[in-house]
Amino acid sequence: MTNVAMRSSAAESAAPTQSAILNKLRGRDAIFHMLTRIAALGVLLTLGGVIVSLIFGAWPALSTFGFDFLFTASWNPVTEKFGALAPIYGTLVTAIIALVIAVPIGLMVAMFLTELCPMALRRPIGIAIELLAGIPSIIYGIWGLFVFAPFLQQTLQPFLISSFSSIPVLSTLFAGPPYGIGILTAGLILAIMVLPFITSISRDVFETVPPVLKEAAYGMGCTTWEVMRNIVLPYSRVGVVGGVMLSLGRALGETMAVTFVIGNAHRISGSILAPGTTISASIANEFTEAVDLMHSSSLVALGLILFVITFIVLAIARFLLMYVERQR
Amino acid sequence: MSNPLYAGRNRRNKIAVSLALVATAIGLGWLAIILGTLLWKGFSGINLQVFTEMTPPPGGTGGLLNPIIGSLIMTSLAVVIGTPIGILAGTYMAEYGRYSKITSYVRFINDILLSAPSIVIGLFVYEIMVYPMGHFSGWAGAVALSLIVIPVVVRTTEDMLLLVPNQQREAAFALGMPQAYVIRNVCYKAAQAGMLTGVLLAVARISGETAPLLFTALNNQFWTTDLNAPMGSLPVVIFQFALSPYEDWQRLAWAGALIITMAVLALSITARTLGGAKKAI
Repeated sequence: MTNVAMRSSAAESAAPTQSAILNKLRGRDAIFHMLTRIAALGVLLTLGGVIVSLIFGAWPALSTFGFDFLFTASWNPVTEKFGALAPIYGTLVTAIIALVIAVPIGLMVAMFLTELCPMALRRPIGIAIELLAGIPSIIYGIWGLFVFAPFLQQTLQPFLISSFSSIPVLSTLFAGPPYGIGILTAGLILAIMVLPFITSISRDVFETVPPVLKEAAYGMGCTTWEVMRNIVLPYSRVGVVGGVMLSLGRALGETMAVTFVIGNAHRISGSILAPGTTISASIANEFTEAVDLMHSSSLVALGLILFVITFIVLAIARFLLMYVERQR
Repeated sequence: MSNPLYAGRNRRNKIAVSLALVATAIGLGWLAIILGTLLWKGFSGINLQVFTEMTPPPGGTGGLLNPIIGSLIMTSLAVVIGTPIGILAGTYMAEYGRYSKITSYVRFINDILLSAPSIVIGLFVYEIMVYPMGHFSGWAGAVALSLIVIPVVVRTTEDMLLLVPNQQREAAFALGMPQAYVIRNVCYKAAQAGMLTGVLLAVARISGETAPLLFTALNNQFWTTDLNAPMGSLPVVIFQFALSPYEDWQRLAWAGALIITMAVLALSITARTLGGAKKAI
């Protein structure tokens, strides 16, 4: 009896301070919880903010030109006639060139790193390839303009022009003169830039292939290439496509490297050796110089189109990669 | 073993293997060529002047002091703004809301922002800061860069916190610690190397970014530490100087390019050796 009374009186005297401390802790916990939640929602808000502000900025152009904006090739600041077709065309063509070159090379490098390379060299070579992704895009730009473009002008481009001049379709595709800069050069630079993405994602998904499957195939006497072609690639194709889409998203949005070497001509040419422009290059080149509302608003509209395209491409890429992750 | 089927298979395999070797050589070769050119062209332009003098007018002599300082100021501000937000958001995703719907949306959107075109970020900040304020400013540049820092930090923070073993959390909870204390004193402690890697990767990423600065911080030929005024930055100056017809400017552009690349490579190699973190793609 006395024991209980003593205990309760002790609890009563300690109670205010203890509950005060607990309340304080609970309060701080709630505040921290709220802060993290706000920050997480802030990420979602950023995306919303980007879309809303771009639509807002692009509205004058979009309401004036309507859907024709997407299908008009003219880009004339003097008469204020703007259309996005030439930059969209340039963006898509340079990205396609980049992927056509980088996908096979990237996959082969990944095959080398997972199947052929001696263990000791795997990490250093992997890191070296990934360093290509770490080099800032402006460096690719300055290198492309001063080193790569003159080199192409003297070697590859004259060769392409002369060797395809008598073949009907290809002669238009590779019509001269060799400027050095142009759509092909931009595509090649982009290929180098996305190569590390394709390599490192393909390598990661190649490594998810269960060794048992590969060993079984090797045990049957399959060659390295046959294991690659019939076991590894079919097993990991979803992830590889995801990696390619991710690289496509990068290639579509790449700005500085392309701005240096594309030539900034708002026209659509049948030849990939001719100068052109991309969405991001147009914005980078013209935005600070665009004085009238319609010009700058058209550039923001271009930005909106670019954001929507890359959003869709990257969303598909993430869905595919999430699917692979879940399968694991 | 001279049957034709076997020989054919063998030949195809040899071709594929040599193609893989060639592809790897191409990849490594590009890296070597680019770094080689950079060293070759940049090194001759580097001297003490580059680090001690302002950007010159065409034909004059000078260095890159003001853009270097501008880059340092805006990069540090971007990290100061972006890191806490990124860490908090990553904490929510890994700790408080690990299984909530919001987390999966945020993760998805964050992964997209991670690869979103940086020029669009520039346009966004132009619309929300530069246009309402009426002038370009260092603040706008820092905010644009911080928007690139956030997704990188969110991603690595979440990844690193998810690696912390649950037993550690449970042990701390068993001692009666509130969750906020557990996160800060147990989880952050365990994950700090990886989280630091994330910040370093983010710094490496933004120190070469040009596109988001073009129409936020713009450029400034003169010395300034005023964040309300246009501010020069190394990448933008390289862009301007490289495309100019003046040879001294081009030489400075190469020197600047070498400085940035060395800084970025040093950062990313440090981040890798610090270890832990998966690369943020």
